[in-house]
Amino acid sequence: MWDIVPAPVITASDLTKSYKDFAAVDGISFEVAPGEAFGLLGPNGAGKSTTMRMVGAVSTRSGGDLSILGLDPDQYGPEIRSQLGVVPQSDNLDMELRVRDNLIVYGRYFGLRRSQVAKRADELLEFAQLADRAKSKVDDLSGGMKRRLTIARALINDPRILLLDEPTTGLDPQARHILWDRLFRLKEQGTTLVLTTHYMDEAEQLCDRLVVVDKGRIMAEGSPAALIREHSSREVLEVRFGSERNEAMATQLAGIGDRIESLPDRVLIYSSDGEAALERIAHLGHEPITSLVRRSSLEDVFLRLTGRTLVE
Amino acid sequence: MSAERQALSDSQWRDRAIAGGEKPRRYGSWYVAEHRILGMRSYLQTIVATSIGNPLIYLFALGIGLATLVEANLGEGAVQGVSYLTFVAPALLGLAAVMVAAEEFTYPVMLGFKWNPIFFGMNAAPISGNQITNGIIISVLARMIPTCIIYFVVMVLFGAVPRGIGALMVPIAVLAAMAVGIAIMAYTSRIEQDKGQIALVMRFVITPMMLFSGTFFPLSQLPVFLQWIGWISPLWHGTELGRVLSYGLVEPGWLTALHLLYPAAIIWVCWRMSQRAITRRLNK
Repeated sequence: MWDIVPAPVITASDLTKSYKDFAAVDGISFEVAPGEAFGLLGPNGAGKSTTMRMVGAVSTRSGGDLSILGLDPDQYGPEIRSQLGVVPQSDNLDMELRVRDNLIVYGRYFGLRRSQVAKRADELLEFAQLADRAKSKVDDLSGGMKRRLTIARALINDPRILLLDEPTTGLDPQARHILWDRLFRLKEQGTTLVLTTHYMDEAEQLCDRLVVVDKGRIMAEGSPAALIREHSSREVLEVRFGSERNEAMATQLAGIGDRIESLPDRVLIYSSDGEAALERIAHLGHEPITSLVRRSSLEDVFLRLTGRTLVE
Repeated sequence: MSAERQALSDSQWRDRAIAGGEKPRRYGSWYVAEHRILGMRSYLQTIVATSIGNPLIYLFALGIGLATLVEANLGEGAVQGVSYLTFVAPALLGLAAVMVAAEEFTYPVMLGFKWNPIFFGMNAAPISGNQITNGIIISVLARMIPTCIIYFVVMVLFGAVPRGIGALMVPIAVLAAMAVGIAIMAYTSRIEQDKGQIALVMRFVITPMMLFSGTFFPLSQLPVFLQWIGWISPLWHGTELGRVLSYGLVEPGWLTALHLLYPAAIIWVCWRMSQRAITRRLNK
């Protein structure tokens, strides 16, 4: 009954990347199925971008095995890259060229004919909602527009896998939502998405499955919902007593909820019923300055697994 | 994604990838050149103005202005038995080519890694570091050759080229200037932190080379302890060979061979060095 399962498009096993005596990626293993949206969630410096560069067949691995579309990047770099779309962490559009020309020259790198590239460029400008900016200078675009142009550029070769490294970092909320919408559409069309992010909401919104990465290693793997179920409680009560008192109060509140985390600016109480936990605090005669009951998120999963917050 | 694309099997996807690498592997260098030539359009006016304006200005100033002074003192066959204009013309052609090289192999190379990091984008597509290096070289040639041809035509109009075979000065000037330029690239492709290195190269390498390469006066006029600058300068070798071709300057055959082989050797070594540096910087 399993014979129709398609082979993974990416297989990494025990993948490492070391610089002198520092291991940026320290033996990670994962698989990505065709059409899946797969995420690497972790703080800055976790090794996400390095992993992406190895998967993107531009950075040679130091150890382990890596196969993309059944090919070894050490041997078939250009072949693999011909099937990838890459959205790097910081845009590397050509500032000397106009918007549409950026797509044209990029399409040529895949050996596409000029007429083919021209047609595709116009479709993609439409898709990226940049059709009216075709002749603009790249410099004149907003951050969100540049990001969308970078995504359009990554799609010029009709890639099978789209690699997105921190796709919405630095964008305002509206620009992020436009971008997410575009990525959803691609996912619906069957493009495999691999993305890194340190935004938990982005990971929850976009990823079918993700790995939590810290210090070059995988801490946990699963769907966002499963990870939350497994590593956190249903609800979280956030209370603030002022930065001087938070830590002391955390000790006094011990026993309320399943678990308590004390952060410099607030105390997190993990509980299946946040309101009930808040009532117990009131019963004990404590009055937090502010309180908030919310659902558990991937941020809590990360905190649980590493003892640190994602965005520091 | 089209239905037809959905239906591809794993091995068909693999074949699609293998086929997808074919053209980029073969023509990648040309695609890079195409991109950079398109980029030159943003300063096309400067390129056209300098390639026409420069020869006019230099030939008037030196070939007519300064020549009057030189010839008033030394007579008509002022330098090496020819007019000063004829003597200086091959050097001016070489200088023009070197100026293009110095412009295109300095900042644009640094820029491609840093402020306008297009090389990383090219490399994320199926283009290799070696192809990026080659593409830069091809694009500079595409600017340098027309510049030299225009310069040569103006020289002919000024009556600065006595012999027909002098037309070979154009490829010789290109050879010499590419040796200078690719040597610069071997260095600029390694610069990771901009600490004004390019300004230093311009001031302490390019300018002395332009002045002391037998350009405005024969190398033999220099004190012996400065003549080495000419010998290591591809510009001097190109200029001397230009003079052999233009007005039949007499020199031993081995020296003529050296004028060709020396710049060619520099090009080969520095081209390899640049390829290695660029490839290494992309593979982090």
